[in-house]
Amino acid sequence: MIRFTDVSMQYGDGNEALRKINLYIEQGAMVYVTGRSGAGKSSLLRLIALIERHKRGQIIVNGQNLERVTGRRIPLFRRNIGFMFQDHRLLYDRTVFDNIALPLVIAGHRYQEIRKRVHAALDKVSLLNKEKVSPIALSGGEQQRVGIARAVVHRPALILADEPTGNLDPALSWDIMKLFEQFNQVGVTVLIASHDLDMIKKMNKSIITLREGKLLTHIGLTINE
Amino acid sequence: MNKRTTSQNNGLNLKRVFKVWLMQHAQACIYSIGQIFKSPVNSLLTTAVVGISLALPSGFYLLLDNCQRVAAGWDNSTQISLFLKLNIDEERALSLADEIRLFEGIASVDYISRDVALEEYRQKSGFGDAISALQENPLPSILLIHPRIRSLSSQDSEKLMQQLRALPEVDTAQFDRQWIQRLFAIIDIVQHVVIILSILLAIAVLLIVGNTIRLAIYNRRTEIEVNKLFGATEAFIQRPFLYSGLFHGIGGGLIAWCLLSLSLLMLKAPVLRLAELYSSDFSLHGLSYTGLLLLIATGASLGLVGSWVSVQRHIKAIEPN
Repeated sequence: MIRFTDVSMQYGDGNEALRKINLYIEQGAMVYVTGRSGAGKSSLLRLIALIERHKRGQIIVNGQNLERVTGRRIPLFRRNIGFMFQDHRLLYDRTVFDNIALPLVIAGHRYQEIRKRVHAALDKVSLLNKEKVSPIALSGGEQQRVGIARAVVHRPALILADEPTGNLDPALSWDIMKLFEQFNQVGVTVLIASHDLDMIKKMNKSIITLREGKLLTHIGLTINE
Repeated sequence: MNKRTTSQNNGLNLKRVFKVWLMQHAQACIYSIGQIFKSPVNSLLTTAVVGISLALPSGFYLLLDNCQRVAAGWDNSTQISLFLKLNIDEERALSLADEIRLFEGIASVDYISRDVALEEYRQKSGFGDAISALQENPLPSILLIHPRIRSLSSQDSEKLMQQLRALPEVDTAQFDRQWIQRLFAIIDIVQHVVIILSILLAIAVLLIVGNTIRLAIYNRRTEIEVNKLFGATEAFIQRPFLYSGLFHGIGGGLIAWCLLSLSLLMLKAPVLRLAELYSSDFSLHGLSYTGLLLLIATGASLGLVGSWVSVQRHIKAIEPN
């Protein structure tokens, strides 16, 4: 599903965020990317989402070499990914329903189809009764669940979540992680960046550890280089 | 993911693509109308400025148009009166008229014999009895020359006058309406001023719409970022802003039309009074339907171009992070 070969990445200011990363995540896996702040967790996800571009090495996502995904192909590539952020990035000038419908509207689905799918997504995150309210009226945990619903509503093959539980208490975080697990169980590949090691260990999934831009462990294997 | 992408691509026939395209246009259109009504004061201000900017040159144009309508009536009345010497008889006068007809820039030449002139004078002057007392007709015969004024520059007309004065049969030559030529020259200048003004105000409209759209883009930054993250194409993101520019332009055109109609309404009575004083049946000519359409089309295209420039410059700069 995702393969990194000798991938290095630099930010514009010369700061090297990732160094010679080699990793492989198979289709249908649920993998945590962990490490301290600044270890390169977000950068890894941003490369996959084409928010940043890598300088050296090769990234294959879902059979596509990312070097060749440019210009007009970027939007189409992104439609197969569901995004989730620590800061929700919900749009507060529209209802929960409209927020979740966004990926479907972008893809040009008809209203009947959109309504059906949004309701299904809301049902999965147990927010069916909140579809008409503004996200601003929801609690942090509820907003995060709206974010999840938006990330899965267009049935992406891959979900990228950057610190999805960063602001939540342990009980709520656990619920969110369990939700991701449910989506993973129906075949979606899930990649979650998180520094919450205790919870990650409890989830008992594959873990990729980064330190200062280098790969420390890769799915149970320690990398010695 | 791969499998689904290809099966989707296979299923995408042209008809569906067109349907989606149409639907997304409708969505963007409705959405941008919603955005306009969400900040009605701002939208109205922009539209009003566009309207005034369009109304000014259109108003000048109407003024000019009406001036030309009035002056068109005077064009024909411009004439040169050629008073012939008293010893010139009718036969000689008529052949002279034929000669003059061949001159350059002459539209027509009319001959007024001494008798006719006297008769006319007798009727119009009210000195009928006094004239009857005269033994001899004191009036010369006259050739009324109508030059083609538009093709006549002041130099040309001066040359023509000299030519006419030099004729041995001519006593005096009078150019009756030199001032009308000056008026036409002034109208010509004003015409150029209106063109310059129109260009400047068109640029102003572009800047105003462009700035409004720039602010709208800035305000919707988060939305644009999220849209891009979930795979929105540039066209999808640009559409609502382009529609918004278009609507500002159309609204501006309509406001300009309202302003012009209102101004004409206010001017109607005084102009009518003035026309009566000149015993003329002149009335103000308003904007024709073609003019109205042209006004709205101009507004629409300026709005669209203004927002397009803004969109090209500012949306590309916004990338998700």
